[in-house]
Amino acid sequence: MLLAVFADIHANRQAFSACLEGARARGAEQALLLGDFVGYGADPEWVVDTVMGLVERGAVAVRGNHDNAVGSSREGMNAEAQMAIEWTRGRLGAEQRRFLAELPLSVEDDDRLYVHSEASNPARWNYVRSTADAARSLIATSAHVTFCGHIHRPALYSMSVTAKMTGFVPKTDVPVQLTRGRQWLAVLGSVGQPRDGNPAAAFAMFDTESGELTYCRVPYDIDTAANRIRENGLPHWLAERLRQGR
Amino acid sequence: MPKSLIKSGAVIDGFTVGECVHRGGMATLWTVTHPDFDMPLLMKVPRVSEGEDPAAIVSFEMEQMILPRLAGPHVPMCFGTGGFSRQAYIVLELIPGNTLYGRLPDLPLTYDEARLLVAKIASALADLHRQNVIHHDIKPSSIMFRPSGEAVLIDYGLSHHNHLPDLLQEEFRLPYGTAPYMAPERLLGVRDDPRSDLFSLGVLLYFFTTGERPFGEAETLRAMRRRLWRDPHPPRKLRSDYPPWLQEVVLRCLEIEPVWRYPTASQLAFDLTHPDQVKLTTRSERLKRDPLSTVWRRRFNQGAIQPKPKSDVAAQLASSPIVAVALDMAEGAPELNEALRVTTQRILATLPAARLACLNVLRLSRIALDRTLDEQGSNKHVDRLVALQHWAAPLKLDESRLSVHVLEAVDPATSILEFAAANHVDHIIIGARQNSLVRTLLGSVSAKVASEAGCTVTVVRPPQLAHSSYEHAGAEAGEVAG
Repeated sequence: MLLAVFADIHANRQAFSACLEGARARGAEQALLLGDFVGYGADPEWVVDTVMGLVERGAVAVRGNHDNAVGSSREGMNAEAQMAIEWTRGRLGAEQRRFLAELPLSVEDDDRLYVHSEASNPARWNYVRSTADAARSLIATSAHVTFCGHIHRPALYSMSVTAKMTGFVPKTDVPVQLTRGRQWLAVLGSVGQPRDGNPAAAFAMFDTESGELTYCRVPYDIDTAANRIRENGLPHWLAERLRQGR
Repeated sequence: MPKSLIKSGAVIDGFTVGECVHRGGMATLWTVTHPDFDMPLLMKVPRVSEGEDPAAIVSFEMEQMILPRLAGPHVPMCFGTGGFSRQAYIVLELIPGNTLYGRLPDLPLTYDEARLLVAKIASALADLHRQNVIHHDIKPSSIMFRPSGEAVLIDYGLSHHNHLPDLLQEEFRLPYGTAPYMAPERLLGVRDDPRSDLFSLGVLLYFFTTGERPFGEAETLRAMRRRLWRDPHPPRKLRSDYPPWLQEVVLRCLEIEPVWRYPTASQLAFDLTHPDQVKLTTRSERLKRDPLSTVWRRRFNQGAIQPKPKSDVAAQLASSPIVAVALDMAEGAPELNEALRVTTQRILATLPAARLACLNVLRLSRIALDRTLDEQGSNKHVDRLVALQHWAAPLKLDESRLSVHVLEAVDPATSILEFAAANHVDHIIIGARQNSLVRTLLGSVSAKVASEAGCTVTVVRPPQLAHSSYEHAGAEAGEVAG
């Protein structure tokens, strides 16, 4: 099955639409949604409704720290993120908030693990910044491939049977075979707020038969997404950083 | 790890196993057949049983990732792979014949044979580097030749693909590879510099022309590390008749600093196919190794050879193209040649490692017997070379970046195209002839080159004066409104 993998959509309707269209064009048969559907962006209702629709049709979704923060005021966040979450709470209906609150923190599917941050302690929302962080996550699971997001920068780590690590910044549109002799941690770039210097929206395609993973980038209407953030009185930096991809 | 399923007569994924033709340290090789593929095939099976080196597994994984992505005449075609979950294998096209290892009893080869042999390997490496792969195990037993003459590089177990994860990155505490051929920066853990392959090829060229390995057969890490500061004996010390141009090429490949070597395999191949154009520096004259003071400075002041940040193979190749400019000397079009120089200058200004080949075609008559001497008795060929050098002088290019070539041919466009293909030219700059009468009679050389070249072509026209473009526009106005 050809899976389309999306992480950190962050209420960016324009970016998520472009990624969904990109995944459709590449023949996606099912979606995998790695959390942080809301926060930062100006279209949380549309994004959550779209995610709920995908889940109804069989997609798997897990909860991110921003989704969690909608239902709990105790998440440690910076001022801008906190302000965006407070604004988001006032936009989402009860059904949407319940959907986010009830999402699982991680899901095992065949020999794959889906989690927003990393596998060793999903509720602590640790970032995977290095091969050492990746090793901690990989040791905590026996899954062949773990998919996560959270850091908004694409990366691909692997651990051999002798616990040797490799780290790699994936090349856009070059399929990588996730070979069976080792465990892999695929860190997704962000759909709605890329931070790797490339402002294009990021997602990935994974072929469960061949084991091939392809990181993809698509351009989207950044102007509209940025204007929506400003029009709704959200911090201007959240609009500006979309253009910079930072 | 499951037990090997490979034995004569076994069928795996449609491949019928024949006989075992080779048992090496890392893998065994079997002939196989498949009803869909009407050619001789070889199945490579890693040795992964208990007690084997885990490096064999990782090398095999790397080879499985890289080989199916490679194409072209310089690599064995890949027909299928199997993973470790059932039976690991790679099925490859069987290249007939032996590896270059079989030539070792014939060493040293004649200078000319070695030159042509290594030029072919350099062309193969250039093609591999263009596919973002660094071989990292260039040595005689990794090189074969097709019956048609092209070099084929085999064994990708230690290779690095710039677009794929490097599984060997942290796998080995010690650098893995073939000690006599390993580039010094590999000892510092650098795996992403394509010029490491040029060092190994330099070792091979040295060995094949002198009969001796420049760094001996050192196998210990301590002995291997000597090459980080100790240069080899210049070949002229071993063979007094060693051509200076060849020593220049060999020692440039064996530079300790990658940046002092050839920037690309294409540029190395270019020098090997044009020995008369090799710029001779002090390298070519050396009879002794570097003085001990230099060696000690290198050894104890290693700031200069610290590992550099990750490099991008494609970007490095792109910054070091071979640019060919085709000039028309005979018809004497000074404005056009000036315009060509301006364009050439602009292109070279952005590419500090590019090299420029200046071409001129000495047209041969289809019917009459050509004389090399003109009416005044001077040699036309030499005159043209001098004219090309004169044209290029204002560009102020270092000699190692410039070469001049007079091609003798009946058809100029074809000869330019052939030169470009044979020398891996990345960019042709050519002038459009302004004399419409000549163009009508002979056809446009630039149009043919632009439409048939395998690389980028820039067609240059001299700036037109205002009145002439006005007249030109007026003449066409009757046909094209506006």
